Amino acid sequence: MRQLLLCPPDYYGIEYEINPWMSRARGADTPLVQAQWKGLFDTLSKLDCKIELVPPRPKLPDMVFTANAGLTVGRRFIPSNFRHEERSGEAPHFASWMEEHGYEIVWLPKDLYFEGEGDALFGGDVLFCGYKFRSDINSHRAVADILGCLVISVELVDPRFYHIDTCFCPLPDGGAFWFPAAFDEYGQRAIRDHLRDLIDVVPEEAAHFSCNAIVLDCDIVLPEGAPKLVATLTERGYTCHPLPMSEFLKAGGACKCLTMFMPQREKVG
Amino acid sequence: MFSETVVLRGHIIDSLILPKVLDQILTQGGDFKIGEIKIGQNRVDQSYARIEVSAPTHEALDEIVLRLRQHGAEVIEKADVQLAPAPADGVFPKDFYVTTNQQTFVTLDGAEIEVHPALMDCAVVVDRAARRATAKKFHEVSRGMEIVVGHQGIKVVPVQRSTSRTDVFEFMSTSISLEKPKSGVIREMATELKRAREVGGKILVVAGPAVVHTGAVPHLVKLIEWGYVDLLFGGNALALHDIENALFGTSVGINLERGSLAERGHENQMRAINSIREAGSISSAVETGALKSGIMAACVRHGVEFVLAGSIRDDGPLPEVITDTLEAQDAMREKITGVTTALMMGTMLHSMAVANLLPATVKTLCVDVNPAAVSKLAERGSFQSLGLVSDLEPFLRELTGTLAR
Repeated sequence: MRQLLLCPPDYYGIEYEINPWMSRARGADTPLVQAQWKGLFDTLSKLDCKIELVPPRPKLPDMVFTANAGLTVGRRFIPSNFRHEERSGEAPHFASWMEEHGYEIVWLPKDLYFEGEGDALFGGDVLFCGYKFRSDINSHRAVADILGCLVISVELVDPRFYHIDTCFCPLPDGGAFWFPAAFDEYGQRAIRDHLRDLIDVVPEEAAHFSCNAIVLDCDIVLPEGAPKLVATLTERGYTCHPLPMSEFLKAGGACKCLTMFMPQREKVG
Repeated sequence: MFSETVVLRGHIIDSLILPKVLDQILTQGGDFKIGEIKIGQNRVDQSYARIEVSAPTHEALDEIVLRLRQHGAEVIEKADVQLAPAPADGVFPKDFYVTTNQQTFVTLDGAEIEVHPALMDCAVVVDRAARRATAKKFHEVSRGMEIVVGHQGIKVVPVQRSTSRTDVFEFMSTSISLEKPKSGVIREMATELKRAREVGGKILVVAGPAVVHTGAVPHLVKLIEWGYVDLLFGGNALALHDIENALFGTSVGINLERGSLAERGHENQMRAINSIREAGSISSAVETGALKSGIMAACVRHGVEFVLAGSIRDDGPLPEVITDTLEAQDAMREKITGVTTALMMGTMLHSMAVANLLPATVKTLCVDVNPAAVSKLAERGSFQSLGLVSDLEPFLRELTGTLAR
């Protein structure tokens, strides 16, 4: 049973603009927010996940995106150092909650920006990390030192896909689905060098954050709006669970952003 | 070239960060040298690369380094130069750094500044407030000036030889012996003079009186008239023999047309000196019409600056001759800014003195009938110097002939 961390969207809203998706003029519809988040919660519960809830805090609307709380491997939790001041207040709440729940907290140096699972996803035993918009590449080296694993650092070049989990989703069969244009050519080559059977997501489906998906063995929970991707994944033997995510897309987030694996890997190396 | 050393660490090979960084340096007009590289042995081992990044300007370098930082490059702080005060006027501190004629940089407060001029056998005086580093000779130093000592924080950038042959100065490194063909070198020299003129580089000629003795005056005058000479360095003898020839048709009493001693020819030299002294200067003699032809007259008419340095055996000397050696060095040093090409003919000591003042980047051709003089000059360590053993008249005749074609 996979254990996931979620945060109820009680204080969620578009209160600032820190990515191209956000516009305070285009606020979230609160009943829809609740319904969409509950839809995700129910789907994950049905897929035999154990869901932990971190209490939401006022004035921290993006706490709902728990993927950015940090990165958990085994019983170790590496909290995020958020790039934007608007989100930096989340870090101590996530860290103290994880500590209370028995995780060892391993802070990165304060001058290294790192946005957790949002920019760090395992594909096999390799940790793929995105950099430039949010995380610093030097934080990847620090994470590699802590975990003792191979870290492939890839540069993100499209501001709409500012975290690696918005454009890249590793699969348990050793492949991944991704939106290649979100990476520079070296990043694309590095990913191709380390993963096989990559599924390219077409731009119109990538724009629905189709790559922002939660993979639970053969089940994939992803935002609706990607019929081609769903067909390809179904052919590969996966069962897809498309969910409406319109209200979270307004903040540049979707299914994966709303969850953090506890842990993402039991161990590495 | 300005440079910084950066370090890359991490899984830079698997992530292709190392090739990306190197590609970015090149595409942004910079260059790199990998100082050290350690590749991780095992899959999870991190790698390390120390890279010296260089660029033609400070701004270009900053721009490149700024971009590289995004990819994790860390800039290595440079050690500053060590400075000590000059203990007395005209005396450098012990262990002072002796300059070369190569482009040199010193690190001050973590940033590199270029030493000007690129002059050999000097010390480097640093003005902290003005952030200026200057190569200075003994006599230019006053007590208390801050002088670079030791070798820390100093970078010398040798003139690079390009791998593709671009001109004769880059592919020939030894002097040309009598047995080797000369026409090719003279053709290249002609091309170099044209190129220098096109790009606005200054051409310096250093000439000894042999130019006059060998009857090469008309050829050198052509070079001056055609605009291939911007600056002339010589001694009293060059000017005097040229003027004697212009006024009396003799050089040290020898009739240059017939090659025989002229009647009372030995007097001509003294009369020539007296004429110029009477006019006040070579320039005035040309202006008043007393001096009508020859090298010096051509220089005056065509606005070619000249510096005449005296020596212990001089007759006269002529009014423009600078008899204080240090003053003469200073005068020459002041004029050489912007010189890109130098042609040195028939004067070993004067040529060596000038070669000591020139930066290594100046392309220099030394021509002398004496192979020993040529090799002595060509072996002075200038990266772009070339020697040619030849009598001066046929050399200049062929050079002007080639330029005329």
